[in-house]
Amino acid sequence: MEEIALTPRRSRLALAAVAVAGSVVLALAACGGGSSGNSGSVSVPAGGTDDGTTITLWSRAPLEKQATNAVKEYNKSHKNQVKLELLPNDDVEGKVGAAVQTDSLPDILAGDVVRVPYWTQQGIFRDLTQQIDALPNKADLQSGHIKAGTVDGKEHTLPFVTDISVMVWNKDLYKAAGLDPEKGPANLNDFVTQAKAVAALGKKDVAGTYVAGQSGGALVFTLFPMLWGNGEKALNDAGTQSMANSDSAKKIYAAYRELANTPNGLGAGSKTETGATWTAPFQNGKVGVEPYPATAVSALFKTSKFQIGVAPIPGVDGGSSTFLGGDAIGISKDSKHVAQAWNFLAWLMSEQAQQSVFADNNDTASNIKVLENGYKSADPRTLIANGTIKTGQTPIATNFNEAFNAAGSPWQILFQDAVWGDASKVDSDNQAITSALGQ
Amino acid sequence: MAPPTSSDQSGSARLAPHHDPDQSSDQSGPARLAPSHDPDQSVTPILTGTPRRQARRVASRSRTSRAENRTGWLFAAPTAILLLLLFVAPIVVVVVMAGSRWTLLGGAQGNNFPDNFTRLFDDPLLKQSIWFTVKYTALTTVILMPVALGLALLVQEARQWNNLLRTAILVPSALGIASASLLFYALYSPQVGPITHILEALGGPGGQSSVLGSPSGALWGTVILVVWRFAGFYMLLNMVGLQAIPNEVYEAAKLDGPGRWKTLTSITLPLLRPTIAMTMILSITGSLLAFDQFYILTKGGPNNSTMTVVQLIYRDAFETHKDLGMAAALSVLLLLALVVINTLQLRALRVGADEE
Repeated sequence: MEEIALTPRRSRLALAAVAVAGSVVLALAACGGGSSGNSGSVSVPAGGTDDGTTITLWSRAPLEKQATNAVKEYNKSHKNQVKLELLPNDDVEGKVGAAVQTDSLPDILAGDVVRVPYWTQQGIFRDLTQQIDALPNKADLQSGHIKAGTVDGKEHTLPFVTDISVMVWNKDLYKAAGLDPEKGPANLNDFVTQAKAVAALGKKDVAGTYVAGQSGGALVFTLFPMLWGNGEKALNDAGTQSMANSDSAKKIYAAYRELANTPNGLGAGSKTETGATWTAPFQNGKVGVEPYPATAVSALFKTSKFQIGVAPIPGVDGGSSTFLGGDAIGISKDSKHVAQAWNFLAWLMSEQAQQSVFADNNDTASNIKVLENGYKSADPRTLIANGTIKTGQTPIATNFNEAFNAAGSPWQILFQDAVWGDASKVDSDNQAITSALGQ
Repeated sequence: MAPPTSSDQSGSARLAPHHDPDQSSDQSGPARLAPSHDPDQSVTPILTGTPRRQARRVASRSRTSRAENRTGWLFAAPTAILLLLLFVAPIVVVVVMAGSRWTLLGGAQGNNFPDNFTRLFDDPLLKQSIWFTVKYTALTTVILMPVALGLALLVQEARQWNNLLRTAILVPSALGIASASLLFYALYSPQVGPITHILEALGGPGGQSSVLGSPSGALWGTVILVVWRFAGFYMLLNMVGLQAIPNEVYEAAKLDGPGRWKTLTSITLPLLRPTIAMTMILSITGSLLAFDQFYILTKGGPNNSTMTVVQLIYRDAFETHKDLGMAAALSVLLLLALVVINTLQLRALRVGADEE
């Protein structure tokens, strides 16, 4: 065989490359573009349809317990079967983004309630206004998670898992510090005084309080209620303006700054805590008093070696509130089983399901009737936590994640400056939050 | 189409032509279809190469030649298609993305060039992250290269303990970078790790300040992790280079009776040049693309002080702006920067090698 010159003619090769690549691009673009126009209202029977369909549900890993309980209970009593997939917390945005562009979202999508306004605005959820308004017990549901998914008066989401923040304290340390172990802080001053008393014990590794300095999410969860309790706002109603430089907000930062400058006032690692381990120090008995997730503390009631006190998070000058966090849930634009998916949601909102899925497992229900009557045999501290829901709030802003929750967010930088850095930057840092909200 | 060539570059021994045709059959072979590589193709260097022979042929366009041309294409097709799908297509997609409004949830929304680029440059974090990435790259390379070479010199001779040492130094390279980062995250943690306490006992700042808490602590903490993780790997590369130096050279040099230092600087290092150049290219490119270790250890903190360019790409795409177009624009810029840097490095290497 004669030798063949294998050197390709470049121009032709280049042409072919461009052609192939171009067709890939077109195909991708077609995928991305073909996803609009199916988010309108659909006719669904009031209770949905239970006909043995398999429904897919995405939730995130931190809510594994509640999500699994809900799915197990539903599958036990229904012909429809829900298939649950848990996403790692940090992968949610990427996974949902990819699924949106390839029209492969699950039937039901649950997500962090602070992400929900953006998702809703981007048309990820179906309009469920008719169905939600027709729920017989809509008035009993905590409304924060419904409001988060409301765009132009159209409702898209319901509460899935409600997680709230409460003030917790270590009664053993309080006793040792000469404090009344039955009385938690009633305002910001109490908080500082009590934290300082525990700090003054001078015990190894024991601190007055602890804060997740590099977790914007944990910081809004624990600090916003101090503003709300005081009757103030953290954001304007449109979610476009930050009020994190109000006088009350500055008092909160000053309190933490004072503790940071007190020996053992703020636990070691507070400044760098990214949220990965922020519940651990209290759990290990190393913290005096701290605003804390209710779900995490209820898990400690039986297991901890020390006594725990629970109270609502106090406002700066008094009053109290909580952050209605957790995950909201809705039916995705890509669902082909809307009636069946609604069957799951409608069931989950019923008192019976709220009782068996949440109350009976000592988790926080989203139905106020169940919160009032469903915890007869529960720990009295769970009742204290549940009682805060009526006064709780959910901050709603399309770009909330970008402004507050994302790593290195302007809110995180504001808190770092205010507590450990140059506190005079708070006003300009707040301006940066506002511009992130407005993007 | 490039004209038939007759090139004769004496210094081009390290430029490898795509193929190496036999000159004598140039005129007679009907299979000579197209002129081959052009002589200006100066950016295909490899470290060792065969001498380049000039290629010269005549284009003849008979029917048989077309058929054979087709056969040739068929042979090349599988590779060409793979190359297009896996390499060319993604790059084209990224370039198209960079010129489009393309959000994470909204998908492609048409051309908006150059909006993504102007928005990028409006972000004060861009300058900060570029500066940090360069600083980090310089630090790691300056520390890692001598450490790796030193370790290689230390353990290259077959002595009793050296096998054990080599293994010990190489073990971290068997860990994934993510696992290694998690390990260091735990070590640095003031709650569960020992390092804060050790620093405290040594008189360092205790209590509040964990290693990753200050910008410089976070930077150095990461550099130490990276040196620990990669020293063994680069040591291995250096050992291969050292073993490629023939013993005869050392024996010949012995006649002049040089000391150890002189042997190192005048013989070992110059002959190790290709290896050193390769490890530097690997280290610099790798460091400029740093992501995993910072994502796990610092998340770019404290206060965005350890934000690398690749982290910024990730943030723009998935966390803050949720804008794939912006992220793609930054990726394109980074790609161009890397092409320029690598070209310069290779050229410097070649020029240096030609001097000898």
